[in-house]
Amino acid sequence: MGQTIIEKILSSHSNSQVYANDLVVAEVDYIMGQDGTSPLTIKAFQEMGGEKIFDPAKVIFVIDHNAPSPNEGVSELHKLMRDFARQKGIYTCDVGEGVCHQLVPETGAVGPGSLVIGADSHTCTYGALNAFSTGVGSTDLAAALISGRMWFKAPDTLKIICHGELPPGVYSKDLVLFLTGQITADGATYLSVEYTGQAISALSQDARFTISNMAVEMGAKAGLMAADEKTFSWLESFTNKKYQPVEPDPDARYFRIEEYDVSKLEPYVAKPHTVDNVCPVGEVSDTVIHQVVIGTCTNGRLEDLRIAAGILKGRKCNKDVRLIIAPASRKIMLDAIKEGIAETLIESGAAFVTPGCGPCVGTHNGVPSDGEVVISTANRNFKGRMGNSKAFIYLGSPATAAASAITGRITDPREFLK
Amino acid sequence: MFFEGNAHKFGNDINTDYIISGKYKFKTLNMVELASHVMEDLDPDFSNKVTPGDFIVAGTNFGCGSSREQAPLVVKYAKISAVLAKSFARIFYRNAINTGLPVVECDTDLIGEGDVLEVDLSHGFVKNKSSGVSISIKPLPGVMIKILNDGGLSAHFKKYGGFNFE
Ligand code: SF4
Repeated sequence: MGQTIIEKILSSHSNSQVYANDLVVAEVDYIMGQDGTSPLTIKAFQEMGGEKIFDPAKVIFVIDHNAPSPNEGVSELHKLMRDFARQKGIYTCDVGEGVCHQLVPETGAVGPGSLVIGADSHTCTYGALNAFSTGVGSTDLAAALISGRMWFKAPDTLKIICHGELPPGVYSKDLVLFLTGQITADGATYLSVEYTGQAISALSQDARFTISNMAVEMGAKAGLMAADEKTFSWLESFTNKKYQPVEPDPDARYFRIEEYDVSKLEPYVAKPHTVDNVCPVGEVSDTVIHQVVIGTCTNGRLEDLRIAAGILKGRKCNKDVRLIIAPASRKIMLDAIKEGIAETLIESGAAFVTPGCGPCVGTHNGVPSDGEVVISTANRNFKGRMGNSKAFIYLGSPATAAASAITGRITDPREFLK
Repeated sequence: MFFEGNAHKFGNDINTDYIISGKYKFKTLNMVELASHVMEDLDPDFSNKVTPGDFIVAGTNFGCGSSREQAPLVVKYAKISAVLAKSFARIFYRNAINTGLPVVECDTDLIGEGDVLEVDLSHGFVKNKSSGVSISIKPLPGVMIKILNDGGLSAHFKKYGGFNFE
């Protein structure tokens, strides 16, 4: 019987022929912990009686969620992480290096066929590199640090085929918001999603990451794509390592197949307070906003900043709006400086914060006040997400965010692309 | 495993940011302190309303969002004995079992706010003592029962030195 991508990756990592619903204990290729989850991982590691890390070269810690530290409590936890990492020989990306989900792919250690776990729910991002990567909790991570293995129930697969070409002004973020609305916030729970079709192949690697990143917003365990020349040329800029693409078999069994024609798609936004509460941007275009965030592991890549700069060039942010930009990595920040993108954005009124999670997670860097409205390029708009449960968060593309920063209300970016 | 207590009802899509708000989640590893803020954004007084042994009862997709284990841990430290929901988000479900918080999938429409429940995990049923209705529960996968019986994944690892699902 044929296999899906995830069934193949689980098979190759467990020396067995795996199909959906089988239970496997699989070898992991790479393990990531960030500063919100690693302290508990360290605690669990100690409780388990752990001493050595199975292979420190396959582990990375990232200090990105609260970086630089906003208070002494967090500083203590950062210190705990740094001390543990130093003692165990774990490489740590410290303050200013960027968001974990950009840094892990930039190591080159993850590519087609890899199996990766991270103690962060958006670990599914690397599915865009044809890898099975998924978020786990701190205790699971500790178990993997000791054993190099993790147990999985092989998931069924939902295949999403996107036909047609995205129209101008409509980006992968709009597509993934639309898809999340269609599938709903729990429509893919316990499933692996395979994204395919012309509209996906046409996307750049940066744009593909945005889609895989949000697989968990449909409840999915993974959001996988095929590997093609774009995947390999992206990887080549970070590593010499050779990867073999993993293709689904033609007779693979799918739990469900959904097809969409995206050639007439419009820019989309998610309204407060759930990610699947979506609509075309036009439906909310009179909404007054107070803060705009461009960044995060969803949309803080060079292409995203380039799109935002294209719209903001020669224009000013509305005086009643704060535009906060958090590049996803130091490399992206440097590239944005070299290309003149950073200058354009700063001239328009943007405030750059340290590469990392920025205000996404609500601990620092731009917590909104009561009743304020934010449009963000992040992946979650839950009540309280940005640190204030009385604020309202909309999600949109970098283009929609940039256009909204100019007008001070939620704005269709196509108004500025004519 | 047998528990008795009152039901505290919540809706669908209760995410990890509701379970433990962004303001506190990464500040400390002191779970007792964090537990005083459990569900605060939905009900500021919630932690005071809980009598040890009570249940959180919710709709679909409980625990969606982050992978942070602080979420099941604060529920446990708030002295909730189990969470009952129509469905759970994947990572929360795993984390709950790993940290030893029982999670029960069942038809929670048959439970009202304040109902007195008996939850018997060993025999796989929920009894609503207020209405007299018995509710069947979706059995946990074998691996998870094993981990839960061992007292969570840390205890499982400590006992066997690795995964042992034989
Ligand atoms: S940017 Fe936001 S969603 Fe991404 S890892 Fe950081 S906190 Fe999580």
